[in-house]
Amino acid sequence: MGKTLFDKIWDAHVVRNVEDGPTQLYIDRLYAHEVTSPQAFDTLRDKGLKVFRPEKVVAMPDHNVPSDVPAGNEGTGKMDDGGACLSIADPVGRRQVETLKRNCKEFGIRYFDMGTKDNGIIHVVGPEKGLSLPGMTIVCGDSHTSTHGAVGAIAMGIGTSEVAQVLASQCILQTKPKTMRINIEGTLPQGTTAKDVALYIMAQMTTSGATGYAVEYAGSTIRHMSMEGRLTLSNLSIEMGSRAGLIAPDEITFDYLKGREYAPKGDDWDKAMAEWRELKSDNDAVFDKEVTYRAEDIAPRITYGTNPGAGIAIDGHIPTLDEVPEVERPQLLSQLEYMQFQPGQKLEGVPVDYVFLGACTNGRIEDFRAFASVVKGKRKAKDVVAWLVPGSWAVRQQIIDEGIDRVLQEAGFELRLPSCSACLAMNPDKVPAGKLAISTSNRNFVGRQGPGARTILASPLTVAASAITGVITDVRKLRE
Amino acid sequence: MKQKFDIIQSSCIPIAIDNCNTDLIIPARYLASTARDPKFFGDAFMHDLRFDAEGNVVSDFVMNQPAFSETPRKGVHEIIVAGQNWGSGSSREHAAWAIAGYGVRVVISSSFADIHRNNLLNNFVLPVVVSRDMQQELFETIACDANSEVKVDVPNQMVTNLTTGRSEHFELNGYKKYCLMNALDDIDFLLKNTDRIEAWEAKN
Ligand code: SF4
Repeated sequence: MGKTLFDKIWDAHVVRNVEDGPTQLYIDRLYAHEVTSPQAFDTLRDKGLKVFRPEKVVAMPDHNVPSDVPAGNEGTGKMDDGGACLSIADPVGRRQVETLKRNCKEFGIRYFDMGTKDNGIIHVVGPEKGLSLPGMTIVCGDSHTSTHGAVGAIAMGIGTSEVAQVLASQCILQTKPKTMRINIEGTLPQGTTAKDVALYIMAQMTTSGATGYAVEYAGSTIRHMSMEGRLTLSNLSIEMGSRAGLIAPDEITFDYLKGREYAPKGDDWDKAMAEWRELKSDNDAVFDKEVTYRAEDIAPRITYGTNPGAGIAIDGHIPTLDEVPEVERPQLLSQLEYMQFQPGQKLEGVPVDYVFLGACTNGRIEDFRAFASVVKGKRKAKDVVAWLVPGSWAVRQQIIDEGIDRVLQEAGFELRLPSCSACLAMNPDKVPAGKLAISTSNRNFVGRQGPGARTILASPLTVAASAITGVITDVRKLRE
Repeated sequence: MKQKFDIIQSSCIPIAIDNCNTDLIIPARYLASTARDPKFFGDAFMHDLRFDAEGNVVSDFVMNQPAFSETPRKGVHEIIVAGQNWGSGSSREHAAWAIAGYGVRVVISSSFADIHRNNLLNNFVLPVVVSRDMQQELFETIACDANSEVKVDVPNQMVTNLTTGRSEHFELNGYKKYCLMNALDDIDFLLKNTDRIEAWEAKN
């Protein structure tokens, strides 16, 4: 019987199988950010340990980093504008970032400091710098580590104890998950993006539908999808419960990685390519579960509830009580109470207060191009607060190089500095209580964007259209 | 919070929320701490359901009801019976620290999110998976009598609703069972076999 892509990478990294226990798996890359690493470094210190393979670890702060351009630095458009003088007002957040910096120095770990050209959200920076490569095992104390699976790697979120384990031994103990293949076939309709595909899959199989599975995305839609789109899709794997979302590397992957800062060069590149071409599920590989969806069924999507699976087509309506099984009604009602929506309501035309473009889901260059393509030549709705936050300094630079920042500026938008920003309420970008935000991030949980904040998840196109009209808007209708 | 596991018999706190994510278990603003103080995280456990925006106690939330408000101690509230898909969302281990810091030793549910499940185990809180039926029965039993006790027998991997007598076997691999019963953690195990790790590296 053939092997799946997941099996191939997993098997190549087994150090040992513990009897009646987990597998000890070798890890090629550990990423660390400021929130989930301090206690792991403390564990090392408590035990008097060194970092086992410091060269395999890369760290950067992202969650606490402020995204507003410091006063006096607006508008000159240069890379280091503001970055160098970034500072965190909140002493607790500042201490967390300083702690990461100090730990990296003490333990000899590569560190991309806040406000420098190397910094950004880990899940944007890793692939972009060629630090995440096909065939690797990659972990980080962050559930959206699944993102890196898009290059054809096993990439999983872990907890802080496990971060300590990897720091100390370059290994983790894991039970092998089951495998699931999700096939998407056909051509995506106009206005539908990778984000909509992910929101559609989640609505079909719920936020725990893939718990216990490593997912591989396949099918003709995926084969034609850009690298940015694939990263978005893999990013959202965890929102269906799957820790890992892989996509077999192909020419699109190789084109994306070639020449990246840390990608192999010259002969090493050729050698790597020869190995990477083998990284695909065998034709006779059997998955524990396999599902297929048709691209043409997927319209632009929005969420209406407080989990990412609570979503509908943008021109659809929130389920009525009759449309959901009786056991699910209390949960639907409590979500709608928080969101201040009604069963059966249509959401098109509902006024929004905030729009957020960014996060490790949709903070890449393609997302900014998409947003700009909609707002070009139009004006931002007056009462809407818009946060446009590149996922990394490299993305920000490319936005400027391509002149996208001008387009945004002319439409009344301001480009902010790279950060996790309004994705989670940990830095100054918080949505106030009761306000409605339409966001390209990945979680609409109660209080996720700020205590009492209400979040609708959508694609960059939908968010852009809504930013122009000030109400939830179907981008297909805006363009007509 | 290493502690040895054997048999735990205790009353329970019922948290009948399905898909309770780690943002609810501990809100993001508590994540900026670089300390590992059990009390700090324990106090933050389910914070925004226990307290409103002004810091007032939300009296109808289950953990604030007189029958369930006592902090856990031996035999009392050491077990949480939780809704399905417990601990979804963020990988923050702070959620496990909050549960452990609050004093809970066992969480019973019909399903757990994968990362959170590992985090619980790494903090010596035992996640016990039971059938949907048993989970519902536990909620009903506790609703009838808040003092109802549940027995979690780690050596035999059995969980029992002592009111109805209903028992189920729960999964726990031999390795983890050994670790829990002897208060050993994964990092100690990994450090004991660095020669194997170096051998793997030499081959690759
Ligand atoms: S952008 Fe959001 S989801 Fe991504 S790493 Fe930052 S906080 Fe987590």
